Amino acid sequence: MTAPHGPDARITSAIPPRTVFPAAEDFRSTHGDEAPCITVRNFSFWYGTHQVLHDLTFSVPQRAVTAVIGPSGCGKSTFLRSINRMNDLIPETRATGELIVEGRNVYERGLDLVAHRQRVGMVFQRPNVFPKSIYQNVAYGPTLNALIPKADVPDLVEDCLRRAALWDEVKDRLHSPATGLSGGQQQRLCIARALGNQPSTLLMDEPCSALDPGATAKVEELILELKRDYTIVIVTHNMQQAARVSSLTGFFESGVLVEMGPTRQIFTAPTHERTEAYITGRFG
Amino acid sequence: MNPRAYRRFKSHVMVGLMGVAVLVAVLPLLAILVSLTLKGASSLSLAFFTNTPVPAGETGGGVLHAIVGTLMIVGIASLIGVPIGIGAGIYCAEYPASRLAGITRFVSDVLNGTPSIVVGVFVWTVVVAQQKHFSAFAGSIALAILMIPMVTRTTEELIKLVPVSLREAALALGYPRWRTSLTIVLRTALPGIVTGALLSVARAAGETAPLLFTALGSQYLSFNPDQPMAALPLVVFTYASGPYEEWHQLAWATALVLILVVFLLSVAARLATRQRFSSNG
Repeated sequence: MTAPHGPDARITSAIPPRTVFPAAEDFRSTHGDEAPCITVRNFSFWYGTHQVLHDLTFSVPQRAVTAVIGPSGCGKSTFLRSINRMNDLIPETRATGELIVEGRNVYERGLDLVAHRQRVGMVFQRPNVFPKSIYQNVAYGPTLNALIPKADVPDLVEDCLRRAALWDEVKDRLHSPATGLSGGQQQRLCIARALGNQPSTLLMDEPCSALDPGATAKVEELILELKRDYTIVIVTHNMQQAARVSSLTGFFESGVLVEMGPTRQIFTAPTHERTEAYITGRFG
Repeated sequence: MNPRAYRRFKSHVMVGLMGVAVLVAVLPLLAILVSLTLKGASSLSLAFFTNTPVPAGETGGGVLHAIVGTLMIVGIASLIGVPIGIGAGIYCAEYPASRLAGITRFVSDVLNGTPSIVVGVFVWTVVVAQQKHFSAFAGSIALAILMIPMVTRTTEELIKLVPVSLREAALALGYPRWRTSLTIVLRTALPGIVTGALLSVARAAGETAPLLFTALGSQYLSFNPDQPMAALPLVVFTYASGPYEEWHQLAWATALVLILVVFLLSVAARLATRQRFSSNG
């Protein structure tokens, strides 16, 4: 990767010496021997003839935050979008190897994609609320998938909005258009909407890149809260963010997993020279 | 002249030219509205809207038959044309690379540029000549043929404007594709599609040539789509080309009513777009 050193790259990548790794501690204490939620074995991915992911093998633990970092174009978003098969939208893609979520290979024939995407929620780079009311945004998933009796939907909506730390801000205007919320609120609504489906796993594709610092802090707080109940995989360009929220960090470069380990170790004592170069801001 | 003053001079000249262009563009419209109002408004009265024509030579009479006729012919045309147009538009937007979508796009563009009288003659051949009589229904078919390509193209363009991120959001929630298209994508594009449909209705309401060969026109109030029926543009045509001065008066007044109908539809279209939700707040 020969991406130039922009001033931005330096600011976002310089990890202050005394960074705390709040998530790292409880990863060690509580997630030592749980079965992995996502297992990747020899997974490769192509757009047409262009191979973007090369022979990935690693696993993602349950109920923890796993961050994926790496320079632009390294394939981290492609990997994330492989997990719920959003890449299916792009014509002429091909995958080999195994990507196992909750015991099932995501790319096997006959996978019930609707049920799979209900179990694996996704939060996108930019808030993409539906042009409907706040309530409807959250209620749509569970109603469609008939997850719960109709009468329980209002309670579920409230629960999801509370979990997304949005309830107090919107409880008086549940039926006004979601597009009237601020960017940060919209992103938390997107998280609430994903929770409405009662997923086990949340995929987050740079969820804070379109948010201001205040809204970013709220979403990060929320992520730390949510990981008690959900497996979270987050792609981020912001390495301080990875350090703040994740227990485990994987560093991708050119479609290859260079290194993966506990976040504290990756940021303080990376074993690979490329990882060190990236996190200290020498490239990317 | 120093360079800055020269630039300012050029700017003023260009702004002036654009202003003249705007005037020239708006002038015919204003002239039409003013002359219609001056010549037609005096003949407008409540009776004009509630009566049917009287025999030539007598004064009075109205165009109720033509108002009813236009509403019926255009209404039936919309019932046929709008759903087909929207359906075809959705198909073209959802399967943009398919062969059928390419053909549909091409045919729509050609049909959009086809003179409406050609459509009238065509419908005369395949409907009127077969049935051996003129009918309002044949007129509706002709107008529907004119509306379909317009609605198809606007629907496709508006669906394409819906951000991909919204589609992704729905799919990621486990929506099947058809449901994503109908409930999220179409719903988001709907205000624009309604506008497009209303504009095509307005255009169809003003068409004369296709109706000459199909609905033919009539002097009587009729609600039977299987029979010839009057329509506002046909009445304008008949009265304006007739020999009597009163008829010319009636033609002006009828033209004014027609313009009002089209204007009301355009306003409705504007209101429909204004309620559009923006997708990024």
